[in-house]
Amino acid sequence: MTVLEVDRVTKVYAVRGAGQIKALDDVSFTLESGRTIGLVGQSGSGKSTIARILTQLETPTSGQVRLDGQPIPRRGAGLRAYRQKLRMVFQDPFASLNPYHSIRYHLERPLRLDGVVPGAEVEDEVRRLLTRVRLDHDVIDRRPHELSGGQRQRVAIARALASRPRLLVADEPVSMLDVSIRLGVLNLLADLGREEGLGVLYITHDLATARHFSDEILVLNQGRVVESGPADDVILRPQDPYTRELRAASPDPEKHFGSVSGALGGAR
Amino acid sequence: MTTDLRTEQAPQVRTGPTAPPRVTVRARLGSAFAMFRNRKSITGLVILGFFVLVAALADVLAPYSPTQVDHTARFEPPSAEHWLGTTHLGEDVLSQVIHGTRGVIVVGFLAAIMATIIAIVVGVVAGYLRGWRSESLSALTNVFLVIPGLPLIIIVASMFENPPLVLIAAVLGLTGWAWGARVLRAQTMSLRNRDFVQAARANGEPLWRIIGHEMLPNLMALIAASFVGTVTAAILGLTTLSYIGVIPVNTYNWGTILNWAGAQGAFRQNQWWWFLPPGLCIAAIGVALSLINFGIDEYVNPRLRSAGERARAMRKRGLDVNDPVTAVRTTTSAGDDA
Amino acid sequence: MTAVQPHPAEPSPTRDALEVGTTATTVARGRSRVPWRFLAGRAGFYLFTLWAAITINFFLPRMMKGDAVDQYLSRNRNVSPEAADALRSLLGLDTDKSLLQQYVDYWGLLLRGDLGVSLLHGLRPVTEVISQALPWTVGLVGFATVVSFAIGTIGGAVVGWRRGSRLDGLIPLTTFLSTIPYFWLGLLAIALFSVTLGWFPIGKAYGVGMTPEWSAEFVGQVIHHGTLPAATIVLASLGGWMLGMRNMMLTVLDEDYVMVAQAKGMPNRRVLWRYAARNAVLPQIQSFALSIGFIVGGTIVMEMVFSYPGVGKLLLDATNAKDYALMQGVFLVITLSVLVANVLADVAYAFLDPRTRQTEA
Repeated sequence: MTVLEVDRVTKVYAVRGAGQIKALDDVSFTLESGRTIGLVGQSGSGKSTIARILTQLETPTSGQVRLDGQPIPRRGAGLRAYRQKLRMVFQDPFASLNPYHSIRYHLERPLRLDGVVPGAEVEDEVRRLLTRVRLDHDVIDRRPHELSGGQRQRVAIARALASRPRLLVADEPVSMLDVSIRLGVLNLLADLGREEGLGVLYITHDLATARHFSDEILVLNQGRVVESGPADDVILRPQDPYTRELRAASPDPEKHFGSVSGALGGAR
Repeated sequence: MTTDLRTEQAPQVRTGPTAPPRVTVRARLGSAFAMFRNRKSITGLVILGFFVLVAALADVLAPYSPTQVDHTARFEPPSAEHWLGTTHLGEDVLSQVIHGTRGVIVVGFLAAIMATIIAIVVGVVAGYLRGWRSESLSALTNVFLVIPGLPLIIIVASMFENPPLVLIAAVLGLTGWAWGARVLRAQTMSLRNRDFVQAARANGEPLWRIIGHEMLPNLMALIAASFVGTVTAAILGLTTLSYIGVIPVNTYNWGTILNWAGAQGAFRQNQWWWFLPPGLCIAAIGVALSLINFGIDEYVNPRLRSAGERARAMRKRGLDVNDPVTAVRTTTSAGDDA
Repeated sequence: MTAVQPHPAEPSPTRDALEVGTTATTVARGRSRVPWRFLAGRAGFYLFTLWAAITINFFLPRMMKGDAVDQYLSRNRNVSPEAADALRSLLGLDTDKSLLQQYVDYWGLLLRGDLGVSLLHGLRPVTEVISQALPWTVGLVGFATVVSFAIGTIGGAVVGWRRGSRLDGLIPLTTFLSTIPYFWLGLLAIALFSVTLGWFPIGKAYGVGMTPEWSAEFVGQVIHHGTLPAATIVLASLGGWMLGMRNMMLTVLDEDYVMVAQAKGMPNRRVLWRYAARNAVLPQIQSFALSIGFIVGGTIVMEMVFSYPGVGKLLLDATNAKDYALMQGVFLVITLSVLVANVLADVAYAFLDPRTRQTEA
C-alpha cells in the first residue's frame, strides 16, 4: 500500500512587472494505491501545477509532499526511486511524444532507465505493454505522427506504466482527443488502474467523467480546494457554490432548449 | 453506455511470432536526410559536390601546374591550349582556378565545422539552462554578433606573417558562430517547454541524454541550415580577405587570383578571362549553398513551398488567392444535404 | 516566429470593442507609450558590449608580437614626447606599469578623446584623420543601406502577396546577386561601366584636385562618383531583405487575422500594407539591426575597390602600413558606429512592436 500525502502545498510564481501569482493555496489531499481521486477545476485553477509538483518538475513554495511518510528527495538515488513510483500521462498526445523517435524507443527508455527487466527481455516487455494498452504491435516501429491521437495517448499510458509505478497522475488525458474515443481511453485507464492496484490522480475539467472514474473528488478553484468528498456526494449534493456552478454548467442532454435565444439566455 | 463503447474501442491485437521486421538502416537514413530531398536541395548538393570533386582531384584535372610560367604566352585570351587564357606571367588560369578550389573548400568547411560546434554548445546550453547562466551566455553571443567581424579579422590576420589555412579557418570560425548560437538558443528554449522534454525529465532521464537524444534530433534542420550559411560566409570572408591582401596565402584560392588580376590591371584592360571565372566560381558555390538552404527552409516551414503552389493552382481555375470572397457554385447532386 | 496579433484594449461595458480600437489603431492615432523597461534593458546590453569592444581593443596590440610594435615606434623619431607616451599606452608598450594600470590609463586616453597620432598621415591625431573619413562612409553606406532595405522590404512584401506569380522569379535572382562577393560585383561594375562604357569615374569620391566644399559642382561630383559604389551595395544586399520579407509575408498571410480582415471586406491594399506587411516587417527590423555588422564589413571592401575615402579604406591602408594606432582607432570607431546603429534600430523596433509596449503595462 503506497500513500502519497500532499500536505498544505502552496505555490507562488513571481511574474515580472505584475507581482505574484498564487497558483496553489494550502492544498492538501492523500492519494493511495488502489483508489482514484478526481481533481476538478477550470483552466487556471492550478490543476496542472499540482501535476508538475508531484512529478518534481516544480517544487512547492511551502508545504510538503510525502511518499510513505518520507518527504520527497530533491536529487540522487532517492529522487530516482520516487520517480519510478509515480508517473504522469500528459494532456497533449501530440506534444508528449518526441516526433523524432519511434514508439519502441519511447517504451524502451523507461524500461532501461529503471532496469525494470533485464536487457534481453526489453523487447518482449515492450510488446507486452502494447498489448496491455490494446495497441497493435506493428506501431512499434512507427513515429508518433503516423499514429492517431487516441493511439498516441495509449502509447503515453504504456510509457507511464513501463516502470511499474504505484501511482499515476493523469493530467487531462482525454481533453484533446475526439469525443468518441475519450471513453475508450478512460476505460483503459480505469481497467489498468484496477489491475495494477494503482493510485490514480485524475485531473480534469469535466465533472461528468470525474464522477464516472473516481472514488473521491476534489474541486479546485483558483488554487484552493473548495470541496472534497466521495464522488457521488460531491456531484449530487454539492455544498460549495462554485461546485454548484460547475455542475450547472455541465451540458445535460435531458434538458430541452425551446429556441436558440432561449437556450442562450437560459444557459448563461 | 459504457460497455458498448468499450468493446468497440478495443482493436484486434496481433501478437505472436510473426512480428514485423525492424525498419532498415536505409529507411532510417532516408528519413534523417528528408530535409535534403526536394529539388532545390538536390540541385545545390550536386553543384557543391562538383566543386568538392574538383578540389579533391585538382592535381589530376588541372592541365598545367598553376605556377608554371610561360613567357611566350602572356595575357592571352582563351584558346585551345589554355581554356581560360593566361595571366601576366603566362600561367594557366584554368589550372589556377582548379587548384584554388581546394583552399576555398577546406577553409570554408573547416571554419563552418568549428563555428557550428561552438554554436551548438553555446546555443543549446543557453537555451536549456534558466536564469543568469542563460542570460550571460546570451549576452556573450550578442556581443560577438554586434562587434563587426570583418574589421576584427583584418586586424587579427594582419598580426600573422604567413598564416596556415587552419588558422584562417579558426579565426573565421571564431567570429562566425554567434548567429547560429542565437537561433539555436531560441529554438531550444521553445523545445524545452514541450511536453516530451518534460516527460523525459519526469522519467528521470539524465541531462546529457535530454539534450543529446531528445532535443538535438529535433534541432537538426536548424543546425544544418546554420552550417550551410556559415560555409557561405566563410568562403566569402576568405576570398574577400585574400583579395584585399590581408591574408598572404601561399596556397591558391579564388580570392588571391582576383588579387593578382586586380594588381595587374586586368579589370582596366578588360582581360575578362582572368577575373570572370574566379568570381563566377564563388558565386556558383554561393548559389549552391543558398539552394540547399532554401530546401531546408521549405522542409522546416512547409508554408513556403505550398503557398506558391496553392496560389498557382487557384490561378489556373481563374481565382485570385487574395480574393476575400469565394464564389459559391450550386451542385445538382441530390445527396449533399448534410 | 509568430507575428503580432492586434490585442483588444479593455472595453468599458458600454462601448463596442470595435469602437475602442486595438493597440494598432492606438499607434495610428499617434498615442504611444514609451517602453522604458525594454529600452533600459537594451541600453544595459549595449553598454556592456561597448565595454567589451573597448577591452578587446585594449588587448589587441598586446597580443601582437611586441617587437613589431617597438620597431614601429623606434622607426618614427619625430613624435612628440606626449604623443609617444599616448602611443605607448595605446599599443601596450608601457609594460613597466601593471596591467591594471595600463587599462586605467587606456581608458583615460579614450575619455579624453586621444587615440594617438597616425604615423601614416603625418603625425596628425588619429581622431582627426578618422573624423575626416567617417562622413564619407556613413553617408554612402547609410544611404545605400536604407535604399536597399526599403526596396527589398517593399519588394518582398509584394512578391509575398503575389505568391505563385512570375514575380517569384525575383527571389532566386536577387539571392544570386547577394551570393556574389561584394568586391567582385564592384570590380565588374567598374570594368563594365567605367572602363568599357565610361559612364562613371573609376574611383574616389570626387575628382582629383577638388577640395571639399558646398558647391553645386562638388555635390554633383560626389553624386557622380558615388553612384556606382552605392548601386553595387544596393544590388548585393537586396536579396537578403527581399527573401526575409517574402518568407515572413507568407507566414503572416496564413494567419487567421488576415483572413478575417479580408472577410470583413477590407480592400486588398489595406490588408497587404497595414495588416500583413506591418507585422511581417518586425523581424526584418530585428535582422537589420543584427546585420549592420556585416554591412560594415562589406563597406570596407567596397571602399578599397572604389578607392573611396572612408574609414574602411583607412583601415586597410593602416593595416598595410602597420600603423597600429590608426588601426586601433578605426576599429573602435567602427564598433561604436555599429552600436549606435543598433540602438537606433532597437528604438524603432520598440515603437513598432506593440508587445514590447505591452510588457510595460
